Amino acid sequence: MGSDRKNFDEMLFGSEGVRQPYDNYEKWFGSEDPARLTKKSKEAEAFFRRTGITFNVYGQAAAQERLIPFDLVPRILSSREWTRLSKGIEQRVRAINAFLHDIYNRQEILRAGRVPIELISQNAAFLPQMIGMSPPGDVYTHIVGTDIVRTGEDDFFVLEDNARTPSGVSYMLENRETMLHMFPELFSQIKVQPVSDYPKNLRKSLAACAPHSCEGKPTVAVLTPGIHNSAYFEHSFLADQMGVELVEGHDLRVVDGHIAMRTTQGYKVIDVLYRRVDDEYLDPLNFKPESMLGVPGIMDVYRAGNITIANAPGTGIADDKAIYSYMPDIIEFYTGEKAILKNVETWRCSEPASLQYVLEHLSELVVKEVHGSGGYGMLVGPAASQKELSAFTAKLKSNPGNYIAQPTLSLSTVPIFTKKQLAPRHVDLRPFVLVSPNKVSITPGGLTRVALKAGSLVVNSSQGGGTKDTWVLED
Amino acid sequence: MLGKTAGGLYWMFRFLERGENTARLVEAGFRIALTRSTDSETEWKSVVTTAGVKDGYGAKYDTFNAANVVDYLLRDTTNPSSVISVTEKARTNARMVRTALTTEVWESVNENWMTLKSALKKPVKETELPAILGIIRQQSALVRGALHGTMLRNDIFDFAMIGTALERADNTARIIDVKYYTLLPSASFVGSSIDNVQWETVLRSVSAHRAFRWLNESEMTSSTIAEFLMLDARFPRSLAFCTKHLVANLGYLAKDYGERLPCHDLADSLQSKLKKNDIGSIFETGLHQFIGDFIRENNAVGAQIELDYRFNG
Amino acid sequence: MKLKITHTTSYSYDEPVSYALQQVRLTPMDNPQQKVLNWNVAIEGGDTELTFLDQHKNHTMLVRVEPDRNEVRIIASGEVETNDTVGVLGKVYGTAPLWHFQQHTRRTAPGKGVAKLARIIGTTDSQLDDLHTLSRAVLNAVPYGKGGTFVGTTAEEAIISGGGVCQDHAQIFVSAARKAGIPARYVSGYLMMNDRVDQDASHAWAEAHLQGLGWVGFDISNGISPDERYVRLATGLDSRDAAPISGVRMGTANESMIVSLQIQQ
Repeated sequence: MGSDRKNFDEMLFGSEGVRQPYDNYEKWFGSEDPARLTKKSKEAEAFFRRTGITFNVYGQAAAQERLIPFDLVPRILSSREWTRLSKGIEQRVRAINAFLHDIYNRQEILRAGRVPIELISQNAAFLPQMIGMSPPGDVYTHIVGTDIVRTGEDDFFVLEDNARTPSGVSYMLENRETMLHMFPELFSQIKVQPVSDYPKNLRKSLAACAPHSCEGKPTVAVLTPGIHNSAYFEHSFLADQMGVELVEGHDLRVVDGHIAMRTTQGYKVIDVLYRRVDDEYLDPLNFKPESMLGVPGIMDVYRAGNITIANAPGTGIADDKAIYSYMPDIIEFYTGEKAILKNVETWRCSEPASLQYVLEHLSELVVKEVHGSGGYGMLVGPAASQKELSAFTAKLKSNPGNYIAQPTLSLSTVPIFTKKQLAPRHVDLRPFVLVSPNKVSITPGGLTRVALKAGSLVVNSSQGGGTKDTWVLED
Repeated sequence: MLGKTAGGLYWMFRFLERGENTARLVEAGFRIALTRSTDSETEWKSVVTTAGVKDGYGAKYDTFNAANVVDYLLRDTTNPSSVISVTEKARTNARMVRTALTTEVWESVNENWMTLKSALKKPVKETELPAILGIIRQQSALVRGALHGTMLRNDIFDFAMIGTALERADNTARIIDVKYYTLLPSASFVGSSIDNVQWETVLRSVSAHRAFRWLNESEMTSSTIAEFLMLDARFPRSLAFCTKHLVANLGYLAKDYGERLPCHDLADSLQSKLKKNDIGSIFETGLHQFIGDFIRENNAVGAQIELDYRFNG
Repeated sequence: MKLKITHTTSYSYDEPVSYALQQVRLTPMDNPQQKVLNWNVAIEGGDTELTFLDQHKNHTMLVRVEPDRNEVRIIASGEVETNDTVGVLGKVYGTAPLWHFQQHTRRTAPGKGVAKLARIIGTTDSQLDDLHTLSRAVLNAVPYGKGGTFVGTTAEEAIISGGGVCQDHAQIFVSAARKAGIPARYVSGYLMMNDRVDQDASHAWAEAHLQGLGWVGFDISNGISPDERYVRLATGLDSRDAAPISGVRMGTANESMIVSLQIQQ
C-alpha cells in the first residue's frame, strides 16, 4: 500500500548520500555490528515491559497491555529545521488560544464572517458552559500536541492540532531515556538538545496558570479516569515526574468552594488540575449525569474562578477537523501574519462542490471523520479495495458533514532497523507545546511515530505504528 | 498522601504477603505429604482451611488431594486468594499507587507478576512444584528488598509495613487456629509420631522449623512451639513481632501527622494482650479462645486504619 | 405590582447522605420586567460553597449538604416589583449569541411531533401571531396533566405521552420554535395565581426572540404572555439548564421533596 511516488527520505538523499543532520549518526551506525544492535533492540523491549510502559487496547480483554514498538534509529532534525518548525507551531498555538477566547466570548471572527457560524453552532465540540468564561490567564490549551508531516526538504504540513488532551509525551521522554541507556556513546559524539526538562516545565507552566484565588504555592494534580484507561501509564508517569498527586474523580470533593482531594490527613485544595478525562465525563452535575469518572460541581468551581482546568473544557472546538481547514484564516485573523506552517489542502464534504470532487477522486484521497481520532473510521483511498471505496461512498452521501478529505501526502520516510539493515518507513511528528500566560515553550523534538509496515501511511499506535526517539541537534 | 494511595499501598503489601504465605502453606503440605505416610487428605484439607478458602474449594472439588489443592491455591483465578490472583491484585494496586513507589519497587512488583504469570500458566507438575515455590519465594524477596533498599522512610513506607504486619499476623494466627488442638498440653504425647508430624507442619507453614530447632534444641513441646509462634518477638512471623511492627509503624504515622487516632488505641491494646500474657496464662484462658480473639481484633485494627486514614472516603 | 415570595424546598433522605451537592438557581435578577427589592436564599442543613453566573448569566449557587444529614431545606424569599410589559422582555442580551438559542439539547431534540407543530411557524406574515398559535397548539396537543411526564422527559416524549406540565409545554414550544429557525429559550420562575396565596409549584414558560421586539415571553400552560404576576428566576436552553434546583448525591439513599410556595401582593 502507499504511494508509488518517490518519497523524501530524511536520512538518505538519493545518490548524494546521507543528509547532513544524519552525517555523524551514519558514521557511527556504519561501524556498528548489526548483531549487537539486534540484541540492543531486544533489550529495549524487555526494558519497556519491565517498567510497564504499556498502553491498554480498547475493545480487548481488560488485562491486555501492549507495548508500542520502539525503533532504535533516531529521527534527526537540524537546529535550523527545528527553529522554523517551532516558530510556526508557536504562531499556531497562540492563534488557537485567541480563537478559543473569541469563540466563547465576543465571537468577532464569526461577526467578521471569516468562519461560518454553522461550523461552530452545529459543532458538538462547542461547550455552552464555557460561554462568557475566561480561564485564568486566558489560557485554554495548556498542553498542545501538533501533528506535523513532511514531504520534502522544506515542506512541513500541520496535519492536526490536538488541543484537547494530546497524549504521547511519556513516550517522547522514555524513548530518550532508552536511547541514553542503550547507546550512551552516541550522545557523547553527537550533541542533542535535551527533552528531560519537560515534566519540570509542565509543572511550572501549569502552576503559572493558577487561579487568582490561589495563595502561596499552587497545588497541581493530575486527574485520570483510572488504571483501565489506555493512557494510564502516561498519567501516572507525568504525575510521578512532576511530583504531584494522581487523582481520580472519587478522590475529589467540593470543599469550601474549592476542589479538594482526600488525603490521609483530610481534604487538601487543588489549584490546578491537569485532567485526562474528556469534557463530557468531567462533571456529572453539569454534563453527562451518569459519568462515574468526573467531579460533580467542578465546572461551578471553575466558573467561580477557584480552580484551573487544563486543558480548559471546550477546547475541542479548535482542533476539530472541519475547523482545521480554516486555520490559515484563523491565524491571519488573530495574529495579522500569514501562517508559517502549511495546512494540508482539505475538502469539507459538507460543501456540495467539495463532496462532488471527493466522490469523484475517492481512490486518491484520505477521508477522515471530523471528530475521529486514533486513525479509526478513516479511509486511505489508494490502499482501499473496491468494496471499501463503495462502502465509504455510501457513508459520505448519507452524512457528508461528518467527513473531510485530504490528498494522500507522500509522507517522508526515516529508516528503521529491521533484523540486519535499514529500511525506509513513513513517519510523522508530534511536538509538545506548553502554554502559560506569558510563555509558549516547545520541547525540542517530540514524538516521532512510524508506520512499521513497509509502505504504510498509518502511524497510529493502535494500528501497528511504532515510535522513535526524535533528536534536534545542538547548533 | 491521598487516602486512596494509602489504601492502595496497604492492600498491595497485604496481597504480596498473602501470596507468599500461601506458597509457604503449600510447601509445608507438600513436604508432609511426601515424607509421611499419614492421612494426606486431612493434611491438605487443613491447608485449604488455613488459607481461608474452604468454601470456594468445596464448591469446586469433592476431595482434598495434592493436585487439586495445589492448583486451587496457586493458579486458580476463581480463587481470590490464590497466588496468581493476589499477585495480580498486588500489581493492580501498585499501578494505582505508581507515583508513590520507587522505580525499583514498581519494577520488582511488575516483574513478580510477569514471572508468576508465565510460571503458573499451565498446571504445575509435581516435579516442578519445588522450583515454582522457590520462584514465588524469590520474587517476593526481591520486592521486599527493593522496598527496604530504596524507599524513603515516610508515610508511604509506613502503610506498606502496616499492611504486611497485619496480613502476616493474621496468617500465623490462622495457622495456630486450625492446628490449635495439636498444641494443647493435654493433647501432647511427647515423642509420639503424630505430634511430631503435626508440629513440624505448623513450623514449616511459617518456615520456622530450623529457627525453632536452633533456639529450642532440646525442648520440642506444644507449649514451647506455641510460645515461639505467638510471643517470641525475635521470630519475624510471630504474633508478637508482627504486632510490634504494626504499633511501631502506626506510631511513626502519628508522629509524622501529629495526630493519634482510634486505630492507635486498638493496636496498643492488641499488643498489650500479648505482652501481659505468658504462654501459661494463655493456655489457662484457652488457646482457641485467645487466638480467635486475636484474629478478630487484628482485623478490627485494619478496619479502623481504613477509616482513620480515609482509604475509601 | 409588588410580590412577596417565600419558596421553601425540603429534601429528605431515607438514610444519611455522606456527600451531596445542589445547584441552586433561585435568585431573580433585575430586568425590564422586574426589579428585585430584597431577596435571600437561606440553606438549612447545608453550606453555600460558592456563587457564580452561569453561561446564561443566571445567579447560581452551589450548595453542599452537611455530611450525614437526613434533610436539607432551601428557603428563597424576598420582594420583587414587577411591571406588565405585555410579555416583552426586549433586547436584553447576555454573552451567549442568538444562534445558541437555535441549538437543540437532548431534551429539546425535535422528532416528528415537534416537526409537525413547527410547521405552524410561517403560516402567516406575523411570527408573533404564529408563535401564539403555536402556544395554543402545544397545549392542545399536550393538555395539562400530571403523572405522564417526569423531570427528564424530552419534548418529543411529552408529545407522545399526550399530557404534560408547564415544563413540558415550555420545552415543546422552544423545540418547535427552534426547529422553525426562531431562537427560543426556557424560563423558570414564579407565577402568582390570583385566587390563592399558597401556590402549587414554581412555574416555567418560554421566550422567543423576534426581530424588532427582542425577547418575548409565552406561558403556554396558561395561554398568555407573562404579565406583572410573573417573576423570572433563570433561563436556559432547556429545563436542565434553567432548573431552580438540581443535584447529585453519593450513595443509595432515596430522596423525597416537598415544596411550599407562597406568593402574595
